[in-house]
Amino acid sequence: MRTDLYQGHDYYLMDELLSEEQKLVRDTVRAWIKKDVSPIIEDAAEKAVFPKHLIRGLAEMGAFGPYIPVEYGGAGLDQISYGLIMQELERCDSGLRSTASVQSSLVMYPIYKYGSEEQRKKYLPKLANGEWIGCFGLTEPDFGSNPGGMVTHFKDMGDHFLLNGTKMWISNAPFAHIAIVWAKNEEGRIHGLIVEREMEGFSTPAMHGKWSLRTSDTGELIFDNVKVPKENLLPNKSGLGAPLGCLDSARYGIAWGVIGVALDCYDVALRYSKERMQFGKPIGAFQLQQKKLAEMITEITKAQLLTFRLGQLRNEGRATSAQISMAKRNNIAMAKEIVSEARQILGAMGITNEFPVMRHMMNLESVITYEGTHDIHLLITGMDITGLDAFK
Amino acid sequence: MKILVCISKVPDTTSKIAFTDGNTHFDENGVQFIVNPYDEWYALVRALEIKESLGGTVTIISVGGADYEPVIRKALAIGADDAVRINADESDSLYIARQIAAYSKDKSFDLVICGKETISYNGSVVPGMVAELLDVPYISLAVKLDVAGDMATVEREVPGGIEVIEAKLPLVLSAAKGMAEQRIPNMRGIMAARSKPLDVVEPVDATVTTSVKGYSLPPAKGAVKMIAPENAGELIRLLHEEAKVI
Repeated sequence: MRTDLYQGHDYYLMDELLSEEQKLVRDTVRAWIKKDVSPIIEDAAEKAVFPKHLIRGLAEMGAFGPYIPVEYGGAGLDQISYGLIMQELERCDSGLRSTASVQSSLVMYPIYKYGSEEQRKKYLPKLANGEWIGCFGLTEPDFGSNPGGMVTHFKDMGDHFLLNGTKMWISNAPFAHIAIVWAKNEEGRIHGLIVEREMEGFSTPAMHGKWSLRTSDTGELIFDNVKVPKENLLPNKSGLGAPLGCLDSARYGIAWGVIGVALDCYDVALRYSKERMQFGKPIGAFQLQQKKLAEMITEITKAQLLTFRLGQLRNEGRATSAQISMAKRNNIAMAKEIVSEARQILGAMGITNEFPVMRHMMNLESVITYEGTHDIHLLITGMDITGLDAFK
Repeated sequence: MKILVCISKVPDTTSKIAFTDGNTHFDENGVQFIVNPYDEWYALVRALEIKESLGGTVTIISVGGADYEPVIRKALAIGADDAVRINADESDSLYIARQIAAYSKDKSFDLVICGKETISYNGSVVPGMVAELLDVPYISLAVKLDVAGDMATVEREVPGGIEVIEAKLPLVLSAAKGMAEQRIPNMRGIMAARSKPLDVVEPVDATVTTSVKGYSLPPAKGAVKMIAPENAGELIRLLHEEAKVI
């Protein structure tokens, strides 16, 4: 494993737009990554093992629910700080970022936003300190882009709900203590339920054979007549808008995260281009390599500006779902292009785990599909600007 | 236990070094500054550990302009209780030591801890000067520090072994690698640091005793000379006559 020499790149002096705290938040995550994660990440990816010991570091640092208020165990940070945390985590690995963003945006966020005061007090502090890990069950084997068609359902049995169904492609599922599960009631309305690991009839088989997000555990959630106490229903929001609200938060984090991937690949490629000699000079002195590098930093800079503005809007509570979709989609396309160009600059070395580039490349194949596919995000923009629904 | 930790601001180790104004000033353009690692990883963290086991407070002191505040905030985010910045922009070690001594003279600190040196100018002299000005004992290059009652037990690395020293508090120390493990701040600490007191104090009158005439970079690396393995004699001749190292 090579030493992690990463340095951020800030071509348009965006740091001047960040507060002292925001910079310290970013630098803190970066320091933790370099100290505790970079030295082990390639090995974890090769073995396809989630490095569970990192949960403690993530929790101690405050990466779980950073924007949740202090009284519930969070740090009360703003949305730009949250984005910067996601950027630095994903700069190292998308799987690591996934673990943290599921816990924050898909588990803590719905409990905080849609949960009762009792639910907030019961779950949020333990999720913030990493004692409990959560997962989020929306996608089903036959319902991915069309989550409203879900068949997982629950019945009111008087003193409890009876939950049946299957969820698939669920990050953190195999070891999660709780799951936020979206299911239909007898009237077909979608509600969120907090399902706990010990509940009878609940199992979480792991999914294997992934060539992507190999440092993150993925599994199924199977509910076979699971008795869920009535107080475990999230009372304050129902309908498809409830899970989509969580996805807004997660997609916003991804928009920042994949800038981290692009920055890491650009950083590696730029350094390599100045060191690698061919025909008696560094390959960075050749026009075709400069074209790649110049286009990379141009695209990164555009994405940084777009995403920073989105962060401001989100801090003001004004960012729309469609604006978030645009950023997620744009930034992943940008990162994929940069990863591929960086791979070429590195020549044959680019395919080895001496460099992070192929790992990032494989990870992005998940990131472009989960939390709304690349195509669906385009249709969201299309519907937003025309007012016409092209989904079905 | 009242502990004062001296913090310096230094360029990140990956910084590109250049000079301006006819090679008399370090060019800060594009340079990222960090807390001097010896101050942060060893002096501050050990001070916090002692506070956590014995109670008390940890105060940060820096001598520098407003540009010092981000590194001071970081020290507060790691866990220090409050901070003071002596508002002076000088690099003369005796001047800096006089400011720290003047500030701490009537504050009855039990311990004043500095890193063993800054990684920028490597002066290593400020803590010794502070001790002299306060007329208290000084132990340099400490790798271990324990406090019981009003006695400190300090270990130093000496050639071939460890030297154990006892001294009565108050005491000034310089901390070397080994005294503690790097501590990474957390998000709540960063938010809390916002509201911790950071006093700005004007400097006392003190003479600046040294001034920088100029800086220069080390000579650029020369070309590498390759010598065939069977030609060891030539290698010895070059080491002797050209490199003059043997």
